[in-house]
Amino acid sequence: MPVRLWTPAEGANPLRDPRDRRLPRIAGPCSLVMFGVTGDLARKKLMPAVYDLANRGLLPPGFALVGFARRDWVDQDFAAIVHDSVREHARTEFREDTWQELCKGIRFVAGDINDDSAFDQLAQTVMDLDRVRGTRGNHAFYLSIPPKFFAPVVQQLKRSGLSASGDGAWRRVVIEKPFGHDLASARELNETIGEVFPSGSVFRIDHYLGKETVQNLLALRFANTMFEPIWNANYVDHVQITMAEDIGIGGRAGYYDGIGAARDVIQNHLLQLLALTAMEEPLSFRANDVRIEKEKVLAALTLPDDLDMHTSRGQYAAGWQGGEPVIGYLEETGISPTSTTETFAAVRLGVDTRRWAGVPFYLRTGKRLGRRVTELAIVFKRAPHLPFSATDTEELGQNAFVVRIQPDEGVTMRFGSKVPGTQMEVRDVNMDFAYGDSFTESSPEAYERLILDVLLGDPPLFPRHEEVELGWTILDPVIEHWAESGKPEQYESGTWGPRSSHEMIWRDGRSWRRP
Amino acid sequence: MTVRLDDTTAAQVSTAIDQERFRQGSSAVGRVLTLVIVADEATQADAVRSAAEAAREHPSRILVAIPRPGRGPARLDAEVSVGGVDGLGELAELRLRGPLAHHAASVVLPLLVPDAPVVVWWPSRAPDVPSDDPVGRLAQRRITDSGQGPRPLKDLDQRRHGYRAGDTDLAWTRLTPWRALLASALDQPTDPVVSASVSFQRHNPSGVLLAAWLQRGLGVPVDTHTSRGPGITAVTLRTGHGDIVVNRADGRIARMTRPGYPVREAPLKRRSLEALIAEELRRLDPDEVYGETLSELPRVQGFVAAPAPSRGGTFRQPDDDGADGTDLSSGASRRTASAPTTKAPAQKKAAKKTAATTARAKKVAAQPAKKTAATKPSSPRTGARTTSKAPR
Repeated sequence: MPVRLWTPAEGANPLRDPRDRRLPRIAGPCSLVMFGVTGDLARKKLMPAVYDLANRGLLPPGFALVGFARRDWVDQDFAAIVHDSVREHARTEFREDTWQELCKGIRFVAGDINDDSAFDQLAQTVMDLDRVRGTRGNHAFYLSIPPKFFAPVVQQLKRSGLSASGDGAWRRVVIEKPFGHDLASARELNETIGEVFPSGSVFRIDHYLGKETVQNLLALRFANTMFEPIWNANYVDHVQITMAEDIGIGGRAGYYDGIGAARDVIQNHLLQLLALTAMEEPLSFRANDVRIEKEKVLAALTLPDDLDMHTSRGQYAAGWQGGEPVIGYLEETGISPTSTTETFAAVRLGVDTRRWAGVPFYLRTGKRLGRRVTELAIVFKRAPHLPFSATDTEELGQNAFVVRIQPDEGVTMRFGSKVPGTQMEVRDVNMDFAYGDSFTESSPEAYERLILDVLLGDPPLFPRHEEVELGWTILDPVIEHWAESGKPEQYESGTWGPRSSHEMIWRDGRSWRRP
Repeated sequence: MTVRLDDTTAAQVSTAIDQERFRQGSSAVGRVLTLVIVADEATQADAVRSAAEAAREHPSRILVAIPRPGRGPARLDAEVSVGGVDGLGELAELRLRGPLAHHAASVVLPLLVPDAPVVVWWPSRAPDVPSDDPVGRLAQRRITDSGQGPRPLKDLDQRRHGYRAGDTDLAWTRLTPWRALLASALDQPTDPVVSASVSFQRHNPSGVLLAAWLQRGLGVPVDTHTSRGPGITAVTLRTGHGDIVVNRADGRIARMTRPGYPVREAPLKRRSLEALIAEELRRLDPDEVYGETLSELPRVQGFVAAPAPSRGGTFRQPDDDGADGTDLSSGASRRTASAPTTKAPAQKKAAKKTAATTARAKKVAAQPAKKTAATKPSSPRTGARTTSKAPR
């Protein structure tokens, strides 16, 4: 069962009964203003998620969706774009009624980010919505745009009065990673946004935290008795967190070059997964209590002394990927042939607490690896004594508890079992658990959950800037070290990363799981 | 792949399921519950299809018990299919012939998934007290559907008498989107609601339940009106500063009006059976709010509750006027007001409230009969049918 990460404030609404778990929470009157509506994320994830929410009846009557972009469009043109994206990518069935209702609230404002008059027009549009659609001055601004535009947009929102909420109304801003490219820039970004929006109104999206399995990790750990007693250095040998993609950078050269795998993935997704794996039990699942525990873990992270020995980076070279020839990173359009941006990154981290003393956490991520998979593996120590002969247990590895986050959400346990037959022979077997089917409408997409939480004002699944800054504190020295050490190692596309990534873990007498 | 087993036993069916599962190489699927469907041949196909859809969200073993009583000898015929194309887990259709028709539990029991929750669903006719039924006793969740029978309101009243923790009814499940919308309307700053009204199609059990739920939650009188439907068509929450009105005339789009807002619309579609079953399977603990809403029924305006345990209960709305020539307004008021005094033994909670609610029920019933927004032109035929539904 996924856990709800908060206790809804039931307040004085006489129709809400805490025992009445059937009733979903529906967002109050509001609109969502999207910047960057022509981007991939907006078309493939955000717009379909808004439609799916509407289809599930979780959006308020009169909900409005406003697009802002540098396109010569009118409302209908934008509505057509949304329509196409919904038809292609929505998870729930297409219903004309839902679409017609959503469509009535769709607006578009054409303009450039530096264009004062465009923002004045946006302010006017939003005011009209309050009148025509009854959005009551509640508006969320989703900045699905490159980070360099965050500051100007936020300033424009302030100048045009869009960031100021009236009595009893709210204005919220949603930003996507990366949250800066190092500690200094993250702080600067936080200040820029903090000047305009109070910290409670800033929602940083890490879509991994909206995934069912990630939330399920907390349920597994804290709702059961059989895992927590062994969830520590007494039993755990090491932890591996992997996020592998089989695709290259595609058309995202402009975004990716200069950022790289460590900043793009480790700083946010993998460190958040690490924090949820390693944190102590929170007092409750309220936003603040969970955040306190996550921050404690992030603050306790340590880097190895010798970064060359225990980190690894690489760039994908040409090769064969799943039966297709693919080009190397340096040959991608828009990438300089001398780029030193890494497309693979792996680090070993320690957690300086009693629970995790001496247990290394290996984090790796990369593009053009063997297959697309994100998983978290807890690998246990070997039994201290085996009452079998050595040949009986030759094929027995270490027990493992694997949380599969995508694409095949579930949990795998790996343990030894006797091979059927007259001889005693123990071999590793997998036990799989899959709850639900990620292809059906029943399991909501992470973005659905997160957008709804923004509209409801529920912050637990969103990292706070303190967490972001702690992430940079740990990662900055690694990235600086790499910048001083020349070019990243090339690895053949379709394999599991550069040789140095295997060497860094072999040195410790361990090896990567083949996920 | 379907395996047919004629004249078989529960043990053989169990073996067949295991073999099929093994043959497909999926020996460790997550079956989170067993869903037992007790249905006749006429209703089982729809029910199985909906359950199979719901199994995509809740991987289940689905056992369909189809009693076929008759003169022949006791005999079990089964059809087993595992891992169908549409994500369905395991399905066994069990035809119980002859005297075996009355002993479904003996076949179902050995086939339950070990240790996993059991849910029983009667898609059409249900036992009077589901938890006393031999199959119902195996389950912690018992799903009935008052909306399906020929006499929905009598069935609903029977649900009230027979209610035990763990019971639920699809007439209640159908309400969830309405309830969510109304609850969210009160999430906004609002003046206290002083009274409310609900309009719905004649004999619609969900409409009656909605009135009961509002009355119980808000603690104010709720008047009821008959409309042409489909289903529930309008709800009004009256506050000191104007009314919050949700109108759904076409069964698809809700139009919400409230002071200070423009008219706003939201899709509020009547839901499919599989969506209802999927919702039911999401939570398996007792639905206390449903239980308390049921015990509010006798105080709903126009609902004529029968004393336990007779199979009675009907609905006579104040605006159901004239057709059969009786003074319905006084008739309704007499019956409604007397309802709380005829306490069913099961109704301990209701008993506590008697004094206050009797007074309230009297006040409600004493309202002028024709104060109605949607008066249904009643035909003599309808009138006659209504009369025939009076408690015997």
